[in-house]
Amino acid sequence: MREVNAALTIAYRDVTKFLRDRTRMIFTFVFPFLFIGVLGSSLQSNLGPQIGYNFLTFVFTGVIGQALFQSTASGIISLIEDRTNDFSQEIFVSPISRYTIIIGKILGESIVSLSQVIGIVIFGYLVGAEISLPQLISLIPVGIVACLLGGAFGIIVLANLSSERSANQVFPFLMFPQFFLAGVFNPIKKLPLLLDILSRISPMRYAVDFIRGVYYWGRPEYDKVVLLSPISNLLIITAMFVAFLFLGTFLFVRNERNR
Amino acid sequence: MKNAIEVKNLVKKYKKAKINAVDNISFNVKEGEFFAFLGPNGAGKTTTISILTTTLSKTTGKVTIAGFNLDKEGKMVRQNIGVIFQNPSLDVNLTAEENIRFHTILYGIYPFAPSFSLMPSSYQEKVKSLSKLIGIEKEIFSPIKTFSGGMKRKLEIIRSLMHNPKILFLDEPTSGLDPLSRKNLWSYINSVRKTNGTTIFLTTHYLEEAENADHVIIINHGKIAVEGSPHAIKKHAKTLEDAYVKIIHEEAEL
Repeated sequence: MREVNAALTIAYRDVTKFLRDRTRMIFTFVFPFLFIGVLGSSLQSNLGPQIGYNFLTFVFTGVIGQALFQSTASGIISLIEDRTNDFSQEIFVSPISRYTIIIGKILGESIVSLSQVIGIVIFGYLVGAEISLPQLISLIPVGIVACLLGGAFGIIVLANLSSERSANQVFPFLMFPQFFLAGVFNPIKKLPLLLDILSRISPMRYAVDFIRGVYYWGRPEYDKVVLLSPISNLLIITAMFVAFLFLGTFLFVRNERNR
Repeated sequence: MKNAIEVKNLVKKYKKAKINAVDNISFNVKEGEFFAFLGPNGAGKTTTISILTTTLSKTTGKVTIAGFNLDKEGKMVRQNIGVIFQNPSLDVNLTAEENIRFHTILYGIYPFAPSFSLMPSSYQEKVKSLSKLIGIEKEIFSPIKTFSGGMKRKLEIIRSLMHNPKILFLDEPTSGLDPLSRKNLWSYINSVRKTNGTTIFLTTHYLEEAENADHVIIINHGKIAVEGSPHAIKKHAKTLEDAYVKIIHEEAEL
């Protein structure tokens, strides 16, 4: 029970910090709004009629997956900020499991990410993305899965970073290409071999595709938009989550102590 | 009297370093003892404390803290110690009360609750009385980014004692504090020591703070230069500081 309480309080701290950081709150909405409002709308106007499905909705679902994955991953990277501010010492000297610390961080950042997506959904709906209440409800558990994968990806990245500076340089480099390799804005049904390989090893691809798989389930566009069945995506995400979580936590703790 | 801390042949060599930061040191600290671990900058004090508090791995050696093996029972070691680090380890985005609450939940003293009012009454009373004791009762619900250095240090000490640790590690706890804050802090630490019998492991550059120690070790270049009671160490000097300067100079000349 102590570990559960500890994970909850670590999660609570992250949510509290987010709610008190107005700049972060504002900026988390800027890019999704640009992607959906500007990119999605213009692609729909120019390519939508030829491609055979609503491009705005395609980008909207992609941005939901990307935002959940990326926001949770970048939240985990904030452990580096804690290390810089010496707060990580308080956490790491406490008598709780290292996995509890990481799970608490993932939980907290997942809640933060899900709260951000509420704004994205409202905005998407206002600019014309199609979403019904049952679809919205079905996206909640899928969104949580996307957050968990993002969090575990954040840990494996974190485990290999030494400073806040390296995090600021490396993290965007690892995240930005995934926007395109995961097909957030662009269809990736057909890709050149090299890009196809890179796409298949991009974790964000499975988060985005899982969300689209559930969103488009039973709709005529399903075969044109979705790459893998939701079950296949869930299996791959589970395998990646377990591998990233255990390997990432092990490496992170080892690097923290073995200096 | 039992040993609270047992260190045997402790060695720490950092990655890519040519020399050992801590070089084969051995010492014991008895239960309830006030132990001062002194030395110049870079001598290996913080490295030793980091190892003893489980935040840094050792290269070789055997360490027992509060009867628990550091390698095999790290969690039990952490349960029995309190640590004041060289740099404040408070979360400046949280209030003073939130920092204390965070600590008590991590140490399993209280279950999780998202606000002060939902915490058990015993917690609420304890926080109120402690905040009054250190004079921050008005600021207890304010973000600590508004706190002075002295207030932050006092808050850290209160936080570290919330789980009644058997051993309190103080790594230069008064650095950057004004004389009055230092005096107040030491009076609080001494009262806690008397009441709870807490073992104190202190590193400091203010050597007068170590004058009342039961046992002193002076470390230099990772090795123990001298060890004994303050009285024995300052055999040919007026103060501990004079003795310390003499010892470090003699080491440098060798």
